[in-house]
Amino acid sequence: MDFGSINPAVLIASLMVAAVPIMLAALGELIVEKSGVLNLGVEGMMIIGAIAGFIVAVNTGSPVIGFIGGAVAGAALSLVFAFLTQFLLTNQVATGLALTLFGLGLSSLAGQGYNGIKPPPTNAVPFGPLADIPFLGRVLFAHDWMVYFSILMVAVTWYVLKSTRLGLIIRAVGENHEAAHSLGYKVTRVRIGCIMFGGAMAGMGGAYISLVRVPQWVDGITSGAGWIALAIVVFASWRPWRVLIGAYLFGGITVLQLNLQAAGSAIPVEYLSMAPYLVTILVLVIMSSGRGKASLNAPASLGQNFHASH
Amino acid sequence: MTGEILLDINGISKSYPGVKANEDVSFKIGVGEVHALLGENGAGKSTLVKMIYGLVKPDEGRMTLRGKAFAPTAPSMARELGVAMVFQHFSLFEALNVAENVALGMENPPPMRELAARIRAVSEEYGLPLDPSRMVGDLSAGERQRVEIVRCLLQDPKLLIMDEPTSVLTPQEVEILFRTLRQLSAEGTAILYISHKLEEIRTLCDAATILRRGKVVGTADPKQSTARELAELMVGATLTPPERKAADKGEVVLGVTDLSVDSPIPFGTSLKNVSFTVARGEVLGIAGVAGNGQDELLLALSGELKSAPDKVRLNGHAAGDYGPSERRNAGLVAAPEDRYGHAAAPDMSLVENAFLSGYLRRNLSNKGFIDWPATRAFADEVIATYDVRTPGNHVAARALSGGNLQKFLIGRELDQTPEVIVINQPTWGVDAAAAAAIRQAILNRAAEGAGVVVISQDLDELLEIADMFAVLNEGRLSKPRPVKGLTIDEIGLMMGGAHGMEVAHHAEA
Repeated sequence: MDFGSINPAVLIASLMVAAVPIMLAALGELIVEKSGVLNLGVEGMMIIGAIAGFIVAVNTGSPVIGFIGGAVAGAALSLVFAFLTQFLLTNQVATGLALTLFGLGLSSLAGQGYNGIKPPPTNAVPFGPLADIPFLGRVLFAHDWMVYFSILMVAVTWYVLKSTRLGLIIRAVGENHEAAHSLGYKVTRVRIGCIMFGGAMAGMGGAYISLVRVPQWVDGITSGAGWIALAIVVFASWRPWRVLIGAYLFGGITVLQLNLQAAGSAIPVEYLSMAPYLVTILVLVIMSSGRGKASLNAPASLGQNFHASH
Repeated sequence: MTGEILLDINGISKSYPGVKANEDVSFKIGVGEVHALLGENGAGKSTLVKMIYGLVKPDEGRMTLRGKAFAPTAPSMARELGVAMVFQHFSLFEALNVAENVALGMENPPPMRELAARIRAVSEEYGLPLDPSRMVGDLSAGERQRVEIVRCLLQDPKLLIMDEPTSVLTPQEVEILFRTLRQLSAEGTAILYISHKLEEIRTLCDAATILRRGKVVGTADPKQSTARELAELMVGATLTPPERKAADKGEVVLGVTDLSVDSPIPFGTSLKNVSFTVARGEVLGIAGVAGNGQDELLLALSGELKSAPDKVRLNGHAAGDYGPSERRNAGLVAAPEDRYGHAAAPDMSLVENAFLSGYLRRNLSNKGFIDWPATRAFADEVIATYDVRTPGNHVAARALSGGNLQKFLIGRELDQTPEVIVINQPTWGVDAAAAAAIRQAILNRAAEGAGVVVISQDLDELLEIADMFAVLNEGRLSKPRPVKGLTIDEIGLMMGGAHGMEVAHHAEA
């Protein structure tokens, strides 16, 4: 085994790339959950975003339009969830699971004929001489624009939730929908907006997988990234900057296990591939066993349907 | 007050499927007047104020505010026109701080820092001190209400609607609230005060409109009427207070020593060193403002929360580590406050609900199978004895009105020949006649030799039925004292006074 072949700068740079899809999806889901809705369909929305983004990018030749296409497709799929849970008041957990299964099947169908095609490349942002700084240049200034966009979105989400009226209303709706309603806020409307934002972010994250991470289309390409994103929201106890930390942590584990495989680790490959998911389960267990703080920060109306009684 | 008319309500009606919530309701409120809206639960008070606040649209009738047509379609519109409302069930967000909660109730809140300063200023001016940066989840019920009031005051309302504001306050806190309201009234703000507490209305209000079954049945000058006259207008019948037979106190049947348990409820209150004893034939009343450990005490007594064996003794046997079924077997029955979901399984029939609590003491199961005939007989017995109005024993618990379900649930526990009875909020949300029946049933069981613990926030109820009186405050239980000879002032101090808020009403001075 040769740990020397693992270059720390490359490792950090690639974990930042690996973290983008789950970070975007987790930020979207964070907003959704802050508004009191539990959408377990992240995986489905991601993979729909992945195939839609791929198709759009291949056909237009523009990865930027591809990302937008992925976001639109994710938001469109989330509207199905919004309609079912907000108007027909279906169970959110079951609907979210169905959304994931639906998304996986639909993406597979839509992806027929797109196997083996290369999408247009998304290049690194040219920082000029900055990229030549030893170590830092490789870590910070050699990425494509989506990496910076994802970090910007963390800041935006944090600012909106903390300091704007919109954020206050979203938190209020998720905290106590009855009270928000009696103060005259449109609970259902706010929630639909949040669900669509969550769908768009998940779709964009999915598009990043098929356009940059892999980059090609294969069935089931997201391979559980949506579930990891859901876990990160809990891990982050619904705080945006902790989503960043969580996403980098999980991205790091993913990249590290790939590197270890390449370095010829004595641990069988299967165990290494399992690692991110094992850590997900472990984190969830630890977070939810400490009843105190983590559970206190959960939105109080999370997962409860709202129906105005008058 | 004979000044100009602020709000004129004329012929308002509102129906829901199967119910006429309001029928041809008319009354007027003058500028600066404190107007009481009196009525029992379900008389249509809440629907009426929701229409004034723009949450519900009336089917018929019109309102005018200062001579102009007033038909708010949303609370924001009502707020803009100077109508503010303090809700019965607080419309507050526990995980947000005071300033954020206030901002949510305003149309155009100023930046947070400025808002915090204004909250401080207004709350000081009206003798309701508040720290804008505190989490609402950590505040007492009285402080929470202060948040709601300050939220309203910041918008400079012309009409302030208060829906049952004192049900969660200690007598001292009520005193402070009334001073604030009088100050507001003197400044020209009209107050629509909803309550069924007659003494309060008599001390505070200038005029009263009485509702029964959605209709105005009378108006009164509360200062000139006796509480009894008002009550009979409200209920529409003469009331007989429950009678009690003098029972001899027997040996101690429930003993609790130094009981401390952690609360399983978020933002709940843990019990700290609770000790008391209840003898056969004795009723111990436990008062306290909501959220001071009442739910936890019920859980700890019913067996849902276990403790060390010797902390709870039933008939002299250590029972602290018993679960609910074992405690039932040992003679203890418990009726929690939350009817839908805790005391009853709402979607199951009355028969099934009767079985769930009664199968042990009434032998309703046979080798693991349910003895349906016996269970039906038990349910029917409860329905007949406690005058539960229901189409039959097959209907879902959810379908019963709150008062009827409560009669069924209390009856279900009382008819299990209990030795110890623990009840939290026996008559909450129950109309006066049913409440009297429930209290009478409790007293009858005590007279037959059961030890009773009644936890309630209704002081009048406790003073009426209890022999011994104690108060839960922040999870601690005061030393039980005989009810005879207690004054309201003493009780108020036992309840924690005004929670350190006796600060001067300096604006008044």
